[in-house]
Amino acid sequence: MTRTPLRPLARILKARETGENPDVIEAEIRAKRHEEMHDKSRQRAEGRLLVLGLAFFCAFTTIGARMGTLASSVPEEPRATTVGNPIIGQRSDIVDRNGRILATNLATHSLYAHPRDMVDPANAAKGLAAIFPELDEAELLADFTGERKFLWIRRQISPEQMQAVHDIGSPGLLFGPREMRLYPNGSVAAHILGGASYGREGVASAEVIGVAGVERQFDGFLRDPANEGAPLELSLDLTVQAASEQVLAGGMSIMSAKGAASVLMDVHTGEIISMVSLPDFDPNNRPRVLTTGDQSDSPLFNRAVQGVYELGSTFKIFAVAQAMELGLINANTMIDTQGPLTWGRFRIRDFHDYGPELTSTDVIVESSNVGTARIAMQIGADRQRDFLGSLGFLEATSVEMGEAASGKPLLPANWSEISAMTISYGHGLSSSPVHLATAYASIANGGHRVEPTLLRVETPEVGPRILSDAVSQSAIHMLRQVVVRGTASLGEVAGYEVAGKTGTADKPRENGGGYYDDKVIATFASVFPASDPKYVLIVTLDEPSVYTLGETRRTAGWTAVPVAAEMIRRVAPLLGLRPHVDTPQSIGVTLTSN
Amino acid sequence: MRGILFVVAALAVMGLAFWAYQENYKTQATIREVRELHAQIGASHERLSMLRAEWAYLNRPDRLADLAELNFDRLGLLPIMPDAFGRVDQIIYPLPPILPITNPIELSSDAFQSVENPL
Repeated sequence: MTRTPLRPLARILKARETGENPDVIEAEIRAKRHEEMHDKSRQRAEGRLLVLGLAFFCAFTTIGARMGTLASSVPEEPRATTVGNPIIGQRSDIVDRNGRILATNLATHSLYAHPRDMVDPANAAKGLAAIFPELDEAELLADFTGERKFLWIRRQISPEQMQAVHDIGSPGLLFGPREMRLYPNGSVAAHILGGASYGREGVASAEVIGVAGVERQFDGFLRDPANEGAPLELSLDLTVQAASEQVLAGGMSIMSAKGAASVLMDVHTGEIISMVSLPDFDPNNRPRVLTTGDQSDSPLFNRAVQGVYELGSTFKIFAVAQAMELGLINANTMIDTQGPLTWGRFRIRDFHDYGPELTSTDVIVESSNVGTARIAMQIGADRQRDFLGSLGFLEATSVEMGEAASGKPLLPANWSEISAMTISYGHGLSSSPVHLATAYASIANGGHRVEPTLLRVETPEVGPRILSDAVSQSAIHMLRQVVVRGTASLGEVAGYEVAGKTGTADKPRENGGGYYDDKVIATFASVFPASDPKYVLIVTLDEPSVYTLGETRRTAGWTAVPVAAEMIRRVAPLLGLRPHVDTPQSIGVTLTSN
Repeated sequence: MRGILFVVAALAVMGLAFWAYQENYKTQATIREVRELHAQIGASHERLSMLRAEWAYLNRPDRLADLAELNFDRLGLLPIMPDAFGRVDQIIYPLPPILPITNPIELSSDAFQSVENPL
């Protein structure tokens, strides 16, 4: 490019000749030059703007496209940066305190059909009906030839059945992976485990959800992938649970009872070692909930947790222990037992007449209603309610089961003095066997409140004190006397120093209006070994009766007590308790000095 | 000087591109390997849980009780009872094995005894 000088000589000279101002020429050229520069820089700026615009356009298009694909695609686990173990996505196992499996998973397959893909629907329907007897060939054929595009045939099939379906060879029969909840021990601990079923179902997988028991209570924990398959450890002992069920089932049939329940609890931690409710069921094949009639007739009903009954004379020890704690009586105080005790229109009687007075120990040993009612009068209704509240009788238990909330105790609407008197011998307040076990554990462990739990306790916590050590010891001593020389003499198990209290309560009529004469709830609440209490065992029989020594007997001493004794005999060695053997004093020469 | 700088920069970019290319493929290969390992672990885990379930099923208390009853003649198993506990000094030590008699001496009464007592 040739540069034009600002003052071109030829034009300047010419201008000078004509007398014009040569500066005009310079200004003109300068303006022209500026205009060129202006045009050039404008062009460059426009070019830059275009490039920048393109760059932004590309950037935003990329981001937009990425957002679009992220929004519309299936989420995918990041594979390069995984924390922990991404494989164990199954529902966690449930194990007992020794790690034995109570519930686990099994990989099975589900069977579904795409009728549109079928070549020979008639043959497929025939083959399926032959493999699964419960399927109807005509119905299947109607489904396969109808409008449907998809249908489930079976939720779970075994490998053998899967092979048989493969052999039909229809391209419209397809399998999906399916996880199945398995309870390998069958009906053992059925009520505690509850059961599981399917939630949202898809072809590729199905959600297993807990429907009852700990399966429902801990559903979130069991499904949480962050646990990496860590099992849920229960406080149960599988062997003890199985032995308890066996003994209780035997006892229930001998005593011709309608139902039975037992709770074995560690007195220091509140851990439930075994909890049985009969009749039971197989959680692998959970029966349906009753839609009519009384729910307590269903095998699904957990008598130990949900069954609230008046537990009878087993309550007497609470009144006596509280009176001792308050300093109103001691173990040898004489109590007026002259009956009947009249309060308003109520009359309280004893099973036998025990004469004018008994020591407070004998009130427990002989199970005197009149004596206990008099002690309750000394305590008063408010203090009694507070004490029973501190033992946990005023609200549902904290056992970790979905059903625990429904086991709310039935309390009197107005806790008057007569209520206090009847409650002192176990009438007028209905509670579950787990409530009773918790209260007995609190008394037996030296007077500390325990919370019942189904989870294994690693570090036991000492609850608030409700009774002094001395009162706890004398209460256990009284309970021991009941077995040694009282109503529970059949409960003696050599070497295990059983202490306990029987309770026989008439069943209230369903439609109100009094009690049945020939239907009782027989309960034995026991603590063993008495010298250093470790376990509480509650055995409850519903409507027992046994023909012994010439008459039909229904009282707990003849029904629940022998069953509990047999259970202690079976279970205590399994718990590792050595029988306590009294070593006789050695006979020999004793050195004396003169 | 600037030329050298450009050349060096261009070479560096090419080198980095080559490195990134290689790393990318290595990463992908590793991810594939990890995926395979995960699949293997998953399969092993499934097999393990199946075996555990089977073990638990075979060791269920009802079955063991039935087996103990069926084989009572051979095993003589009974539920553990309080009298099963003992002290250590109640257990006898195993008897020392009887040494073989290498040099028997004939006794005059042997023949007589064997006639009288065939056992």
